[in-house]
Amino acid sequence: MVWAVGTLGAVAVAFGVAVFAVDSMARATFALLASFLCTGGLLMLAGLHYLGVLVVLMMIMEMLVMAVFMVMYMMNPAGLMPMSMLHNRRGALAIAGTAFAAMVAGIFAVPWPEREGRPRGDPAVALGEASMGPKMLVMMVIGVAILATMIATVALALKSGRYGDGA
Amino acid sequence: MALEAFLVVAAALFCVGLYGALSQQSIVMLMMGLELMVNGILVAAGGFWYAVRPVVDGQVLVLVAITVMALEMAMGFAVVTALFRARDVDVTDDAGDLKG
Repeated sequence: MVWAVGTLGAVAVAFGVAVFAVDSMARATFALLASFLCTGGLLMLAGLHYLGVLVVLMMIMEMLVMAVFMVMYMMNPAGLMPMSMLHNRRGALAIAGTAFAAMVAGIFAVPWPEREGRPRGDPAVALGEASMGPKMLVMMVIGVAILATMIATVALALKSGRYGDGA
Repeated sequence: MALEAFLVVAAALFCVGLYGALSQQSIVMLMMGLELMVNGILVAAGGFWYAVRPVVDGQVLVLVAITVMALEMAMGFAVVTALFRARDVDVTDDAGDLKG
């Protein structure tokens, strides 16, 4: 189990690094997609099959949309004219490296508790029953948040909207 | 030991995303950094579910994180569209102030 998590995790991190290392923005998008596919695999390794498949399916769609936006807004979507689009690279590296070192130190310093119990039955069935039962408030809030996001995105992005050409 | 493996992978993903969010000029690339950070949170939550307490609460947390990721992307693209339309800008350095 540890080896499987380590291998899949290393691939996920390698693709994550590739997102900021490749020249082409389209390649960066698909590197991020590959990282998310590995995350889906990690969730499946943890026994969360439904959520793993959900991440895989959702991220394939999301990254295809991301690729379209990349081509729309990026100066160099195909990587034909390599250019640096970074600022404060050393500072960002130092902050990220320090944060990683602190997190790893914390992970190995904390005495984590033993596993409590076993999953009862199918986790996907348990999630479905919880979201329609005791956890319904969470699902209702998520639903309202999605609706609010849909309205807000249209208001923001519409040409004739609140922040459009006429504003 | 499995929990530590999950958490180290999660920390690595989170910190790679942090580097991207801090260093990238393009707003779309910055959003990719944020997505990688949420990616790390997904892995950590899955690891906790597996190795500490395999009850449904952890799954609901993962579902909330997945939703947050989708909403972040949708709002980010809408903001980029509004910004590009208003000022012809797609990099963070040119969008340092709110009103121009």
